[in-house]
Amino acid sequence: MKTLIIILMSSILVNNYTLSKFLGICPFLGVSKKTDQATGMGIAVTAVMVVATAVTWPIQTYVLDTLGIGFLQTIVFILVIATLVQFVEIVLKKYIPTLHKSLGVYLPLITTNCAVLGVTINNISDGYNFIESIFSALGCGLGFLLAMVLFAGVRSVLEGNNKIPKRLQGLPITLIAASIVSLSFMGFGGIIENLFG
Amino acid sequence: MTAIIFAAILAIVLGLICAIVLVLADKFMKVPVDERFPKIRECLPGANCGACGYTGCDGYAQALIDNPDLKTNLCVPGGDGTAKAIADVLGKEAEDVIEMVAVVKCDGNCSAVKQRFEYKGVKTCEAANMFYGGAGTCSFGCIGLGDCARACPQDAICVENGVAYVNSELCIGCGICAKACPHHIIELMPDVNRTLVLCSSHDKGAVVRKFCTNGCIACGKCTKTCPNGAITLVNNLATIDYEKCTNCGACRDACPVHCIVEKDISGIHRIAK
Repeated sequence: MKTLIIILMSSILVNNYTLSKFLGICPFLGVSKKTDQATGMGIAVTAVMVVATAVTWPIQTYVLDTLGIGFLQTIVFILVIATLVQFVEIVLKKYIPTLHKSLGVYLPLITTNCAVLGVTINNISDGYNFIESIFSALGCGLGFLLAMVLFAGVRSVLEGNNKIPKRLQGLPITLIAASIVSLSFMGFGGIIENLFG
Repeated sequence: MTAIIFAAILAIVLGLICAIVLVLADKFMKVPVDERFPKIRECLPGANCGACGYTGCDGYAQALIDNPDLKTNLCVPGGDGTAKAIADVLGKEAEDVIEMVAVVKCDGNCSAVKQRFEYKGVKTCEAANMFYGGAGTCSFGCIGLGDCARACPQDAICVENGVAYVNSELCIGCGICAKACPHHIIELMPDVNRTLVLCSSHDKGAVVRKFCTNGCIACGKCTKTCPNGAITLVNNLATIDYEKCTNCGACRDACPVHCIVEKDISGIHRIAK
């Protein structure tokens, strides 16, 4: 139980995928203009990460490792994740149209989100078992959500602020802000070991 | 060697499984899209101007499918052709579009309105309006720095002698200028309305007279002259009820300051004074 909490907390705060490992930067910069959009994207990514891990972990353990062809990991995972996202979109469209309407525009973006691939591959390379992998994926998704919402808040202050020099307006100041936000997450380094260690 | 064969077989099998899953999912869980939607969407101009009252052309197309009683003539930029094309798709009777045109309700040109000070700031109405409501003495009238002309997608507005004029032939009735005007003196009205009150001032008559020689002084002569009782004074301003107006022209002749005028096809016709 303690291990699971440590995995969850460390993947949310310390090893935040967006701010510490710099995965999933595209939606982080692209969909973080408004807080509600950032929340929608974050929730969708969390759901996809958990489901993708639940599917890819058994494939790696029972198929790839048994056959001794672990080098196919990346290709197989990409294939599975892309199929999964499309499948989830079809299911949502049919059975939960309201959820599809709010998440629908983000789902195709997740298909090629490297954070999802990163989570599934890292779960294998970290040697987690199935339950630990699920918790790790959940934590990474929540960490992504946290980073998105935080950064959307920062950006809402930056947008339309005419005190920013003209050369820095738009993307440059966004990148600078992103680096400062990610720097602030460095402060969480070591917190887990001291809390639970 | 076996590893390569295993890998190839696995990749093919996995790819096949994924493909079959998606094909089956598409087959059993497909949500039918109304086939009329793309057809209607094709009829609409795609400017997403929102003049129909819906969120863009997609919104109007969806609303047309959802609500069979909805009129097909709400797209103002598309005009009669679009209304007819949509009606054909939906199998309904086409109705003519009531074309709207923008009208600048002010005639306070440079010779009519006195200036309180010389404005040397940024040359936009919005900026001038922030500075004591513009340089003109009348705080209701046209500032004349052309925010509407810049906003107009059709270049239908020009500023002449300190007042903006809309060319009705070029105007598509999108209403962007009405939103751009900081004094809110641009109004969209049906093109069939030929009699216009070219003043927006709600000041009392004596005050208007002091500020502008062309403004409505709320004398009430037009209200008495109108054979149909279409004109009333609202907040010191003559206001025409276009439901009753027959474009007879009696008010135009009666108005002592000539602020009620007849609109020409190609814009507002100015009466020689």
